[in-house]
This record gives sequence, structure tokens and C-alpha cells, in this order.
Amino acid sequence: MSSESMNSVVIRCEGIGKRYRLGQRQRYRALRDTLTDALRAPFRRLRTALGPKPAGGSRGLEFFWALKALSLEIRQGEVLGIIGRNGAGKSTLLKILSRITEPTEGRAEIRGRTGSLLEVGTGFHPELTGRENIYLNGAILGMTKREIERRFDEIVDFSECGRFLDMPVKHYSSGMYMRLAFAVAAHLETEILFVDEVLAVGDAPFQKKCLGKMGEVAHQGRTVLFVSHNLLAVDSLCSRAICLHEGKIVMEGQPRKVTSSYLQNWISATTEVIYDDISTAPGNERVRLHRACVRPLNGSPADRITVRTPFIVEFEYWKLVEQNTLELGVNVYNEHGIHLFNTWCSGGPTTPAGLLRSWFIVPGDLLNTGAHRIEFAMEVAGGIAELHFDNLLTFEILDAGDLRGLYHGDWPGAVRPALKWTTEPMAAPPKPASNGEQTLP
Amino acid sequence: MVQPLFIALTLSVFLGKLAKVPSDGVPYPVFAYCAMVPWQLFSQALTESSNSLVANDRLITKVYFPRLVIPISAVLGGLVDFAIACCVLIPFLTFYRIVPTAKVLMLPIFVLMTALIALGAGLWLSALNVQYRDVRYTVGFLVQVWFLATPVAYPTSVVPQRWQAWYGLNPMVGVIEGFRWAILGVGKAPGHLLAVSVAAIVVILGSGLYYFRRMEASFADVI
Repeated sequence: MSSESMNSVVIRCEGIGKRYRLGQRQRYRALRDTLTDALRAPFRRLRTALGPKPAGGSRGLEFFWALKALSLEIRQGEVLGIIGRNGAGKSTLLKILSRITEPTEGRAEIRGRTGSLLEVGTGFHPELTGRENIYLNGAILGMTKREIERRFDEIVDFSECGRFLDMPVKHYSSGMYMRLAFAVAAHLETEILFVDEVLAVGDAPFQKKCLGKMGEVAHQGRTVLFVSHNLLAVDSLCSRAICLHEGKIVMEGQPRKVTSSYLQNWISATTEVIYDDISTAPGNERVRLHRACVRPLNGSPADRITVRTPFIVEFEYWKLVEQNTLELGVNVYNEHGIHLFNTWCSGGPTTPAGLLRSWFIVPGDLLNTGAHRIEFAMEVAGGIAELHFDNLLTFEILDAGDLRGLYHGDWPGAVRPALKWTTEPMAAPPKPASNGEQTLP
Repeated sequence: MVQPLFIALTLSVFLGKLAKVPSDGVPYPVFAYCAMVPWQLFSQALTESSNSLVANDRLITKVYFPRLVIPISAVLGGLVDFAIACCVLIPFLTFYRIVPTAKVLMLPIFVLMTALIALGAGLWLSALNVQYRDVRYTVGFLVQVWFLATPVAYPTSVVPQRWQAWYGLNPMVGVIEGFRWAILGVGKAPGHLLAVSVAAIVVILGSGLYYFRRMEASFADVI
């Protein structure tokens, strides 16, 4: 492949926008209504009834722009990751690029055969056997019969469904169904591939296999657009990433930069929460949360936490019943959703009622850089969660800037403990042979 | 396969025997069945294609392919049943000792016309059905009215001469006449009637295609 074709732009979007009508989908329009209206005001209505997109706005309808003035260029061989929160417009973008729907404004130019994996298993027919469905689904996705025949064994192999190939897919387990569907889609031989969140199928080993397959596709020089909430996958598979927010590109660049800044900016850090009013604070008649914070030891919640700093996580709460025991539990997750550790404390039966404070200290040189999230739960009566927050506190651990030497890349690993290495001599080196006495073994 | 047979038999009993509807000199059952075969193709293809887009909404919102494939495949599906119904025609003809002439070679043209009429109307109705979901209820009604306006149960000859040209605006008239002419050899070669029918087909199919293509872009959003 010449460098020229490597760099040619295969997808170009110029100011595309997609508008949806809100509230219109609850009830389908009845032709009867349109006809009665048409009889009342024939000429005005006829135009709107026959047009593809009635020009509205003045009729009190609400509109929602899923995408707005989005411009994007994708070159041949790029693997572009698209991230963003739910409703940011990621799927709409893929739908427009794969020509399922048309943009309301702007235009998208696509060069080359496209294939899309927007939903695994679309077009599977339950009454047909696995074998027949491979052909059917392949055809729907745009493969020719010859292509499917050539890759048939590969597909079957990948799906791990070989023994059940001649059984109607309605008898398949959902896992088998998904595996077969993904296998067909993954073997599409199109120049441009759109992938929307399909890696969330199957069990862990199969997911790993899917990721591997995606990586393989990415290295074949094909252009891939990949929408995912799995930031780790975006990091490892993509050559470039964009982050969408409310239908616009808010960030663009290296996947790692985009994903971590997405976490910082769009999942905002909350290092302290305070509930001043005891009557409205989360909780119930037994316990109410007053304050929670994460801060460097001897610092305030506004201070930076680096990989070197020990930090303290504290909870202040009202215990409103005398007798019961008290338990607090914390789970800490990193930005890739990996559960780093769990810790819990039992207040013991003697804790008095009143405003209490519990805390623990995380030593420095333990966690790695990146955003972290604290899940918090609290029990009073024993066994019943009185309070539970998935996402009570979030904080960012920054690089301390030392200890790195010349290496400027990211430090791999979920944790980054500072471990002491020791090197000691064990034996003297063997003496070099002095004369010709040595024999060959 | 059973359906056209039974309708033809019912028509024979009530219209042929009791109401004494003329049948252009051939036995009424074979007269009726001969028209039921293409009619069944038409009504099935029309009904199926009208519902085809809405029935495949998941495909439409998830995969791109030319949307025309959907109603066309619905019409083609009707051809399979049609082939079977044609086979049943053979014992019928044997029983009544009717030997088709070389005119039977014209049949494919009439079959094609039937399919195109169904497709043209199906394009309109399927695209309308996406936008207006009550269209599906009107399809059954439309098929019934269309049935009565088509010479399936009665011969075209009962329609007064001066209305024949207007009658031919229903393109199925020319097709059914053509079927009877090709298989049973009754009536005259459908000349001017057929011409009017062909013109009507061009209009229905052309406008259907135009409307369908125009609405195509919004299917995935509206469906």
C-alpha cells in the first residue's frame, strides 16, 4: 500500500447535523388525521404530508439536535475511537456514516465499501440453522456468497459453534447466538468498518477474543470507526480518538489523552460532599451522611494528590440510634473500571449516637495515576445497607514527576507500589579459560 | 394454494350456479379459478409488500442496504405460491377438457404485469405505512374493493362498452382478461384494454418509486 493511499481521506463530514423531533414518537401519525387536516386546508397540508421531512418549528414541536455542525476527516487505515456519554451522538454519527439515516444538514462523503456492526444478530432468522444464518446474515451485512464461502470455516471456528451448525438458531443459547453473530460480522471484508459497542457480548474469554479480532482488523490497514464505553479498548485499539458531547466534538487526538481527559472533564472530580441540613441529608432515621471527602494527608480537598502523597478518605455522619453496630464499606475503582480494593470498618457495638467521623489513610506510592472513584456503603442494623453511593467521591491521582528517569510514557498497571529492589552478589564470575586445555562439550 | 381453490368453488356455487353470472362460455369453476390464480398472487404480494417495511424495522434501523429490496422481495415471495397455484390449474383444465393453445406463452407477460402492479401499489402503501400506521388497516379493505372492481367473479363483457376504457384504468382488468385469454382462449386478445392497463401500471409504478425513493431517507428515523 503506497503512502499516498494510506493517507487519503476516506470519510469526510462537513458540518453534519441531525435533528430529531421530540414527543413525536409516542404516537404514530394516523393517515386519517392527515387526511382530515388535508380536507380542511388542502394546499397547505398536502405539501407537508408528502414531503420527507415536514418543515416544522413553527408548529410548537420540540426539536433535539443529536449532532450539530460536526466536521471530521478520517484517513485510510485509521482506527478512530469515538467516546462520549450516553446521548452524546456517537451512535447517530455511525448511523449517518453507514447511511442508515440521512443528516438533516451538512454532508458526509464516504469512499469505499462500508460494513457496519451496529447491533449484533440483526437479521438472524430463528428458524434457520446456524449455517444458513451465516449466509443470510453475511448477505445482509454486504458480503458476497463467494466471500462467505471462503471465510466460512474461519467464521465457524471463531464462533465456537461448530457442533451446532445444523441446528436452528432458535435453540441456541444466547451466548452462542451472540458469538455466531459477532463471528459473521467480524469477518466482513469491507474497507471501512463501523463498530458500535459490540464487544459487550459473550463471556470474558470471548470478549478478549473479540478485542483481539478488532486489533487484527485494525492492523490490516482497514479504516475502523469504533464506538465504545470501554476506554481501555479504545486506548489499546485506536490510533486516534474523538470525544463527543451534546453532538459536538469536544476533544480529538491521541486515545490515551482523550480518554483520560474525558474522565477528568466529563466525569467531574468530586473530592468533597457536604450535607448541611440534617433533615435532607441522604440517609434515614438511623443514620444520615454529613460530609465525605478525600484529601492529601495534612491538606485540604482542593489540594492535588500525587502518586507519592498519602491521602485520607473521611466520612462524617449522624448516628441517630444508640444500640446498633455500624459498618462502613468502601470500594475503590480506577478509571478503567477495575476494582482496585475493598476496605471496611466495623464501628463496634459501643459506638455512641451523635456525629461520628470515620476515616482511613491510603499510603503514598500505592495507586497509579488517573481518575479514581469511591463507592461507599453504610449499614447500621446489620446486613441492611442504609446508604449506598456508587459514585460518592471521585478524584484524580497525578504523576509526581520524579522517579521516572528518562521514561515519559504512561506507567502501566492498576497500582503503582514503590517497591524496594535489592541486588546482591551471589558468586564470582567464572574465570576465563587460560590455555588450550578446555575441550568442547 | 387452498385459498384460491376454495374461493373459486364458493364463487362457482353462489355466483355461477345460483346467481347465474355469465362466464363467457366456459364452465364457471374453471373461469373463476383461472382468474383467482393471478388475483391471489396480486393480493398476497400487495398485502405482504405493504407491511414489509414495518415488519423489518430492525433491519432498517440497523443495517444499510437499498430499501427497495424489502418490498420487492415481498412481491417475489408471492410468486412461489403462484407457481403452486398454477400447478393446480392443470387438473382443472384436464377435467374440463380444455387444451391451452400457443397463447399460453404470453402468460409470463401477464405474470410480470401482476407483479409490477402489486409492487407499484405496495411501494406506495409500504412507505405510507411507515409514516402513518393506520394504513395497514386500509390494505385489507383496499384489496376487497379492488377484488370487486376486477373481473374475477364475472366476465368483462358485463361492463357496458362505453365504460370499458375507464374500467381498464384498473390495471388488473387487463391482466385478468389476459390470463383468461391465454389459458382458456375466451374473449378476444386484450388489445386496447391492455394498453390502458399498461399505461396505468406505468403511472402506479413510477409514482410509487418516486414516493418511495423520496421517503427512503427518513425510514430509519420514523419507523
